[in-house]
Amino acid sequence: MSSETTAKKPANNRVAPPSFLRRYGSQMGIIGVGLVMWLGFVAAAPAVFTNANIYLAFAQTTPQFGIIAIALTFVVITGEIDLSFPSIMALGTAAFCLVVQAGGAWPVGLVAAFATGAVCGWINGALVSYLNIPSLVITIGTSFLFRGLELVLMNGTGVPLTAEDYPAMHAIFRSTPFGIPIQTLWMVVILLGAWFLLNRTRFGAHVFLVGDNPTSARLMGIDSVSVKTRAFILVGLMATFSGLMTSIYGYYFWPTTGEGFLLNTIASVFLGGTSVFGGTGSVVGTFVASYIIGAINAGIVSAGINAFYTQLAFGLVIVVSVVLQTLIDRKIRRQSMTGR
Amino acid sequence: MAETVPKPAGTPVIELRNVSKTFGEVRSLSGIDFAVYPGEIVGLLGDNGAGKSTLVKTVMGFHRPDPGGEIWFNGKRIDDWSVARARDLGIETVYQERALCEKQPIWRNMFMGREPRTKWGLLDVKKMRSESARLMSEHMGFTSAAVHPDNVVSTMSGGEKQGVAITRALYFDANLVILDEPTMGLSLTETGKTLDFVRNIKAVGKSAIFIDHNIFHVYPVVDRLYVLDRGKVAGVYDKSQISMEDLIDRLYRVARTGSLT
Repeated sequence: MSSETTAKKPANNRVAPPSFLRRYGSQMGIIGVGLVMWLGFVAAAPAVFTNANIYLAFAQTTPQFGIIAIALTFVVITGEIDLSFPSIMALGTAAFCLVVQAGGAWPVGLVAAFATGAVCGWINGALVSYLNIPSLVITIGTSFLFRGLELVLMNGTGVPLTAEDYPAMHAIFRSTPFGIPIQTLWMVVILLGAWFLLNRTRFGAHVFLVGDNPTSARLMGIDSVSVKTRAFILVGLMATFSGLMTSIYGYYFWPTTGEGFLLNTIASVFLGGTSVFGGTGSVVGTFVASYIIGAINAGIVSAGINAFYTQLAFGLVIVVSVVLQTLIDRKIRRQSMTGR
Repeated sequence: MAETVPKPAGTPVIELRNVSKTFGEVRSLSGIDFAVYPGEIVGLLGDNGAGKSTLVKTVMGFHRPDPGGEIWFNGKRIDDWSVARARDLGIETVYQERALCEKQPIWRNMFMGREPRTKWGLLDVKKMRSESARLMSEHMGFTSAAVHPDNVVSTMSGGEKQGVAITRALYFDANLVILDEPTMGLSLTETGKTLDFVRNIKAVGKSAIFIDHNIFHVYPVVDRLYVLDRGKVAGVYDKSQISMEDLIDRLYRVARTGSLT
């Protein structure tokens, strides 16, 4: 990846501001990788990749996990991980279905769904930050907890979500205003919101600081418990949003909603240049990476390759991007040990 | 204790009364009485493990004293003491470990925990950048071209990092600046600059607590001295009462016997 070449450049930051390449190198690298892959797919399956329909499908399905990946970026920057979001997708949507089945109007259902997602996120965040439990372990636990609760509540059965019964929900989550799939419009809106939250609010500033060095952050009076908890709540809310969007897209709420989302969502965050070690990351990177991951999925299937290869590809993307980050990180640390 | 404890006039900026701090089985501080008066520089001396850093972190609200200990600020007892509260009241610290976030640019470190906001409530990144550049060149003597506010802290030298930590404490117009081993790992000129900075605090009528292993750094700039030993105040001296030679002699004795007399 070209982000590696930017790190190879000697750190000439004593007399000059960090170069454009050094600052935006990894993001440029991701976009470059995306373009190269797209050209590869066009060459491999020109009939498919010059057809506008594939891009339509692509713009409808990528945001289903991309929206969660944007929120997950915050949690990863704080140095944590959330593996329970597929279950929150299902539990949040189940809350919507149960409220509507009990006679509630759809907006009430939405409120219930997002409240459920926020509570799930709060539980994760409180366990991780207040009790200092490693997030990797506890969110596997809560993942089963939330999924189990959803299966019990729904008794394992699904709910049809037809356009006739839920016209407003379909307008919100499945329409194509001006010929653009609303899913991608939502993703752009959420990206803009997330960018401001991360880069232009105190909360965002503290997300970086807590992830970089929690002790320093605490010494300077930053409440790391609250920062981490809020990041997890954000994932809970966005997982619910995605759960509703995914279910409306398929006209049906499956009790298994969210399964198959874990790998591509996490791959989007790491491919997007957010560090596994915390402290650095970008929501724009995650946004671009989500579409690359979406393209891998669509590309492999439509290029006539066995769909089993998608998992192989996602696994490869996670491993390679994390290894590259580690190598770059080490290189920078070695530079700083020598004084510069 | 043989000496009468010197007590300057006025209300202390910060006062600890009977403060103890226990970590599990380890008692780091026991029954500490400690006060800093307006416009004075207080030195804190003591061997490794004497409790200097714990005392500083208690003053700063990072550690909560054990029940029974009291913290007074400008004559008022404060119960809900926290780092954010202490900084709001104008206490800033330059920590031994510098408390920087090394992967972040200078401007994020400079305003850590006290980020300025625009009238819309958004982060004022422009101000953070320009103020950082100004402060680095004006206060730490970096030529404006030498350090760019977007530079990541991990690429800087030890002295430059210390510069960020000290400038940060200075910027917020603190009433009380705490310096925990500020000269550690610094070159001679950097040390001189740091000591000038400490004198400057007094010149503008603010107070400081100065902790250092090196008595030759501490003695010339302070007004009063606390000697800590094994979590207790072993002695309090006015600088006029004791010569440097005498002080060194007593420090040796306290290290050996645990008693000053």
